[in-house]
Amino acid sequence: MPCMNEDGSLSHPARALLRFISSPFTPELIAEELGQPLYRVRGGLRELMDAGLVTERDGLYVRTEKGTAALTD
Amino acid sequence: MDHPQEQPPVTQPRLGNPAPAFEARTTQGTLRLEDFRGSWLVFFSHPADFTPVCTTEFIAFAAIHPALRSMNCELLGLSIDSIYSHIAWIRNIREKTGVEISFPIVADQDGTIARRYGMIQPGDSGTETSRCLFVIDDKGVLRAMIYYPLTTGRNMEEVRRLVQALQTSDLHGVATPADWKPGDRVIVPPPLTQEDADRRRESSELECIDWYYCKQSLPD
Repeated sequence: MPCMNEDGSLSHPARALLRFISSPFTPELIAEELGQPLYRVRGGLRELMDAGLVTERDGLYVRTEKGTAALTD
Repeated sequence: MDHPQEQPPVTQPRLGNPAPAFEARTTQGTLRLEDFRGSWLVFFSHPADFTPVCTTEFIAFAAIHPALRSMNCELLGLSIDSIYSHIAWIRNIREKTGVEISFPIVADQDGTIARRYGMIQPGDSGTETSRCLFVIDDKGVLRAMIYYPLTTGRNMEEVRRLVQALQTSDLHGVATPADWKPGDRVIVPPPLTQEDADRRRESSELECIDWYYCKQSLPD
């Protein structure tokens, strides 16, 4: 899922992903809960991590403060 | 004097080896081959967007996508067209036929991935990608390759059958005979000892033509 629109705003799938990971989850569980293919979740999480909106520890992904702020923009 | 950007050499991937890794811009965002880890992948190239044979193929790939997914297998397309061309073509297919292209398509504009996978066959397609198809297993190993020329659209039943056959071989430790379909008998590995050879001729579960050529049914 391209996480950023051309104008720099979050795409709809990226918002759904960010909203979901208020607490840490594995990509597998995120994919299952959001009904998305696992490859899309993995690609999306990587893009969001590159943007500093998500962080990963021990295979679990959670949104950062910057990620929470991006949801309110 | 300007030098053209050096392109990676055309290489031919090998069966049984790890599939060449890549990161690519696709119609569903930036994806890496490793993002598909844990599921099987049918990775295929087509010559160009907005061409008739490719359009028939994409409609047909979309039709088998749900069946492949039910087999834990994803689809990924590729051509050397731009991401905007891919998006416009997908939209055109949806508008004209009502078919939704549900799988991502790589925009490999500089041909880097195509070269790495031997998708460019200059004798057939000049600088475009030919109709190449790779089956990559859930561990990232290249398990099968099919190459078709520009003129000939691929057979989706064969694509599906190929994935089913490979998965069946992995699950049961068997091989599949010519024209095998799910439900048909499979070929058991040849015996490694004289005793095994004698024993299998007496087995009521095996249908043996001779000691080296035996078939059996799989459990439902």
